[in-house]
Amino acid sequence: MDNPILSYLWLVPVLPLVSAAIIAVCPQPCRRLAATLTIGSMIASFFVALAAFLTVLGVGGSAGGHGGGEVFRGFFNFEWFRFGGEALRLGLLLDPLTAAMLVMVTFVGSLICIFSVGYMSHDKNFTRFFGFLSLFSAAMLGLVIANSLLLLFMCWELVGLASYLLIGFWYHKPSAVVAAQKAFITTRIGDLGFFLGMVWLSSEAGTLLFYDGGNGLLEQSALTKMATGLTVGGMAVSTVISLLLFCGAAGKSGQFPLHVWLPDAMEGPTPVSALIHAATMVAAGVFLVARVYPLFSVVVGPETVSAALQVVAWTGAFTAVFAACIAVAQNDIKRILAYSTVSQLGYMMLCLGVGGLAGAIFHLIAHAFFKALLFLGAGSVIHGCHEEQDIRRMGDLRHRMPVTFVVYGIGMMALSGFPFFFSGFWSKEEILHWTHGWPVSQVPFYMALGGAFLTAFYMTRQMFFVFFGKKHSKEAAGAHESPAVMTVPLALLAAGAVLLSLVATPAWPWFHHFIEGGETHFDFSVFFVFGNLALMGASILVVGAGVGIGWFLYGRKDLPEAVADPLDRAAHPVFQVLQNRFYVDEFYAATVFRVLRGAAEVAAFFDRFVWGGIVLFARGVARFFSVFADVYDRHLFNDGFDSGCEAFRDSGGFLSRLQNGKIQSYLGVAGAGVVLLILIIAWI
Amino acid sequence: MNFANLSFDFGVGITLHTYLVLSAALFCIGLVAVLARRNAILVLVGIELMLSAANINFIAFWRFGAHPEEMVGVLFALFSIAVAAGEAAVGLALIILVYRHYKTINPSQFRSLNG
Amino acid sequence: MTNYLSAIPVLSLLLALPLVGALATSLVSSRRPEVARSVALFFSVLVALLVAWIGVSFQPSATGYQFEESVWWIRALRVQYHLGLDGLSFLLVLLTAVLTPFAIALPSGIREKQNVYYALILCLQGIVFGVFLSLDFVLWFLFWELSLIPGFFLIKVWGGEKRGFAAYQFFLYTLAGSVPMLVGFLALFLATGIFDFTKLAGLSQSQILGGIVAQFPWAAGFPDLFLLGIFVCVFVGLAVKVPVIPLHTWLPEAYTQAPSGVTMLFTGLLSKMGVYGFLRILLPIFPEQMQTLQQPLLWLAVATIVLPTLVALVQTDLKKILAYSSINHLGYCLLGICAVVSVGGAKEAKEAALSGVVLQVFNHGVTAAALFAFVGLIEVRSGGLRSLGDFGGLRKVAPVFCGLMGISLFASLGLPGLNGFVGEFLIFRGVFPLASWAAVLSLPALLFTAVVFLRVLAKVFSGPLNPVWESFPDLRSSERWLMAPLVALMFGLGIYPGPLLNLFNQSVVTMIQFLP
Repeated sequence: MDNPILSYLWLVPVLPLVSAAIIAVCPQPCRRLAATLTIGSMIASFFVALAAFLTVLGVGGSAGGHGGGEVFRGFFNFEWFRFGGEALRLGLLLDPLTAAMLVMVTFVGSLICIFSVGYMSHDKNFTRFFGFLSLFSAAMLGLVIANSLLLLFMCWELVGLASYLLIGFWYHKPSAVVAAQKAFITTRIGDLGFFLGMVWLSSEAGTLLFYDGGNGLLEQSALTKMATGLTVGGMAVSTVISLLLFCGAAGKSGQFPLHVWLPDAMEGPTPVSALIHAATMVAAGVFLVARVYPLFSVVVGPETVSAALQVVAWTGAFTAVFAACIAVAQNDIKRILAYSTVSQLGYMMLCLGVGGLAGAIFHLIAHAFFKALLFLGAGSVIHGCHEEQDIRRMGDLRHRMPVTFVVYGIGMMALSGFPFFFSGFWSKEEILHWTHGWPVSQVPFYMALGGAFLTAFYMTRQMFFVFFGKKHSKEAAGAHESPAVMTVPLALLAAGAVLLSLVATPAWPWFHHFIEGGETHFDFSVFFVFGNLALMGASILVVGAGVGIGWFLYGRKDLPEAVADPLDRAAHPVFQVLQNRFYVDEFYAATVFRVLRGAAEVAAFFDRFVWGGIVLFARGVARFFSVFADVYDRHLFNDGFDSGCEAFRDSGGFLSRLQNGKIQSYLGVAGAGVVLLILIIAWI
Repeated sequence: MNFANLSFDFGVGITLHTYLVLSAALFCIGLVAVLARRNAILVLVGIELMLSAANINFIAFWRFGAHPEEMVGVLFALFSIAVAAGEAAVGLALIILVYRHYKTINPSQFRSLNG
Repeated sequence: MTNYLSAIPVLSLLLALPLVGALATSLVSSRRPEVARSVALFFSVLVALLVAWIGVSFQPSATGYQFEESVWWIRALRVQYHLGLDGLSFLLVLLTAVLTPFAIALPSGIREKQNVYYALILCLQGIVFGVFLSLDFVLWFLFWELSLIPGFFLIKVWGGEKRGFAAYQFFLYTLAGSVPMLVGFLALFLATGIFDFTKLAGLSQSQILGGIVAQFPWAAGFPDLFLLGIFVCVFVGLAVKVPVIPLHTWLPEAYTQAPSGVTMLFTGLLSKMGVYGFLRILLPIFPEQMQTLQQPLLWLAVATIVLPTLVALVQTDLKKILAYSSINHLGYCLLGICAVVSVGGAKEAKEAALSGVVLQVFNHGVTAAALFAFVGLIEVRSGGLRSLGDFGGLRKVAPVFCGLMGISLFASLGLPGLNGFVGEFLIFRGVFPLASWAAVLSLPALLFTAVVFLRVLAKVFSGPLNPVWESFPDLRSSERWLMAPLVALMFGLGIYPGPLLNLFNQSVVTMIQFLP
């Protein structure tokens, strides 16, 4: 499967990387250069990605000819370094999943970069911003084309770094700084699992390459080995590793309970929210699961559905409903979208968990388009309303910002899953289809339906608050339409959100077969199979109900800012809980942080008083003994010596008095001596 | 002349002890004079007295010694007297010089010998 | 080329050159500090060139020692002047040669007796070379202990407020650790009559060390216990230097009180002496004893990894934070070394772990030294302030400073693409199959380190600008040129660590090969 495109694939991430490197050493005033480099490299990458995509498409089309189910898979492995007798190899991979993601990331990324030129035009760190965007794009694209879990992890962390830098871009705002820290650390908690899983995988499979001509970890021999190996708890090695990797995915993709960072990440500039925290980076977790899907789905023993995928499905389903509930009660336009993102990521995980790989990826890509569209639309609104973000202080913007209104409406309908002409409808349809067919339980199906209802409801609520009713503040009254550099990308994204619906209808599931292999035929009759019809009907009903209730509560009459939310009036305690995001942050603050802080204090105490104390104690003991030595030294030895010396001196002084120069006293002494001698002799 | 046959008999037996006691007394008187007098000339006189005591001893030990026929004791005594005369002359000369220098002949005033 | 070099005692030259430099520097008048600094810098660069020259003719693929010099020194005691260079020691020599010029060139804020200061730094360099090159215990121990003397004076004379306490603690603590080591080696000498590391390692590898010790009257009946006792003695001496918890309490004080240039060398070189000792002495000579005590050693390693990061969480002094994170990073080395002695275990896991350890030694040397240098620059600017609460928002006035220090911090917390990651990945890659529980327990430290460093970034560089520092100067161009090579090294080693690994690969393979 040698293909010339493989030798150029490295350009995709390297172009933005080079751009980032150049911008990093540029001085602040090079704004035009920075923007040009970033957008230019993104567009160049887009064209390389498109070429790769077409290659995959071309080969994949013919693949149908020689045996169904085959998909194009080309890789290029190279040695990074050697240690001992081993070589650590990294690689690039091109398969349909990569190709689709590459095109999506480069396309959405280019548009968002163009949008940023307008949005960030007043910022004095404009250059830096584009440098970070380039860095992010490079890392994200590297993540997508990696043929090695290690390379993927490295890019994964770099993506996290870019996210940290961009959330904290307005570093003078304490809230942004806290949010950036929170994002980095929360995702790193998940990454610990990822790291451990990777290390484990590496020692089990002996390689971290995904595909390596039969020796890769996603290929049969390694999978069989891992599925049959058992760990302590009786679980298969593959299951445990999958769950560890899923920790990382959950952190990055904001799955419960690691979702807390994503809404706070909206402290960053809006294009960042659109690109990173809606369209691409947060989807990296979904992408990771999709990438190592063979590992997740390998079935062990009597089970029919792998335990790992069950965990993925339940986590996804819970997150989808949980986040949608919270979104209902939020008032910040970006926060609503953020919780909506969490919820939609839950959908993707759910779909992966129930076996719909292609469905999840399609939802990922469709979501990237319409959520980027919504965020940029929200950015346009915020830009127009002079940095006002509270939807209750907006209103009636449809007259003042018509273009934004139209594209935002398209995004809203795509997200809510309005029937037939929006990609969101078909992607949600596929998710429901797969969920319905899940052999383990039907509960996730109903949860997905409930989530769809809530999605339609909160988006309708938002639309009415922002674009309808009366103007609720002078910011809203002074709103103006954004410049073309901002609206044109919006229009392109809106077109994407609509047109994507063409490639994944049940009648022509082209995308499905592109990802998973197989031949696509146009078959309109699929629509009329009873099961499909019933599902579609249920979906339309649910969306209709959501929109209807939304209109009933928020659209019939204008709701001034001072008036309490109708839901609040109806069920105050419930609304309070939702508005406070189920108190998850507070719960963490009361448990995790307190425990960590306590542990740190204890460790510091130990360090200072126990370990240090032992040393001080040893010093004390030494001192104690040194007191004796001191007494001996000073009082016995020194003083004895001193007094001896003194006695000598004194006696010298005394004796010197004898020699007083008086002859008579000398003679007297001599006489006395004689007498003494005589006495002695006499005595003897 | 045989001095050995000379005998002075005073009824009481005059023995060596008698002379020795005399000489000791004389010596002590001289010594006291040397130690106690404040006049250098009298100190010198004291010294002469002590020398005389020594001479008496010489004579006494010779006279009552083992060989009274040899004239050793007399010779020593004469020699000693001659030396004492010289010594007295030197001593007096010294005293005069000291007197010229210090304007006193009190020996306790001479401190230049102290250490 | 090798023959040409082998004609001259190049390693002795390497030992002597810094000392000559120290002499030359100390002779410069103390009233002309700039001249003293230039002379010292000249010599340190000369040393670096010499090391580079050695590197050119150094053959990484050869087994055993190169440029060996061996002369009887004290024949009666069978003490040799035995120097040799293998991949491991060359790596450390390289690190020493690279870091010293930076430590000298760093603006130090020191005003008095600068000639002596720079001379002592060069002295330290020469002594550290001695530690990394000696292959005879007595010679090695001599250098090991000598390193305390310049260290002591550098803290005592030019240190911070509590310099007296710190200097004495540093000196006495490490000296106290050396005493058992000396006793242990003397006991081993009495039993075997050998001071030479290579010969002792040879005895241990051929499994006859125990037999020889068994004939030693004092150890009769319990040769294993005797050797275990010696091992513990030597371990304590090395552990103080690394340091291993709970023998680390001298380190935060010493690092905090020493001037930043000196702290650079302490963290870059002195702590590496301990790890080097583990690799050069414990692993080849006492592998069986390490196996016996593996479980407690692994616990110590885990404690050394996790506890300091927790302590660092609640510190406010920048230097203390870095000091504790320094302990944490060396803990990974200990973890790798202790895991490697596992009985059985895959060869490639052991190679990964040990390669990771050696790489980590170099990486940490570069990164931690750079970080202390940055803190030093902050201190020079702020007049000695270095508490987290004293700053805030510096990024606005000093973006380049923040950028470069930020890169160093991220390198230290193990961000891929920068040097720290490669070593840590290899260590975990190797340790996990050998001692899974220890690897898992150590994992939270990766998170805590991130929390600690992000806190530093947040408190010092982000947030509203503290009005006191309106005129905080960004990196001057001379300082940029000083720090840029270190930061470039972080990128280089992170992206393409191959050449560095090749240097010591053969040493690692040999070490693993000879483990029982």
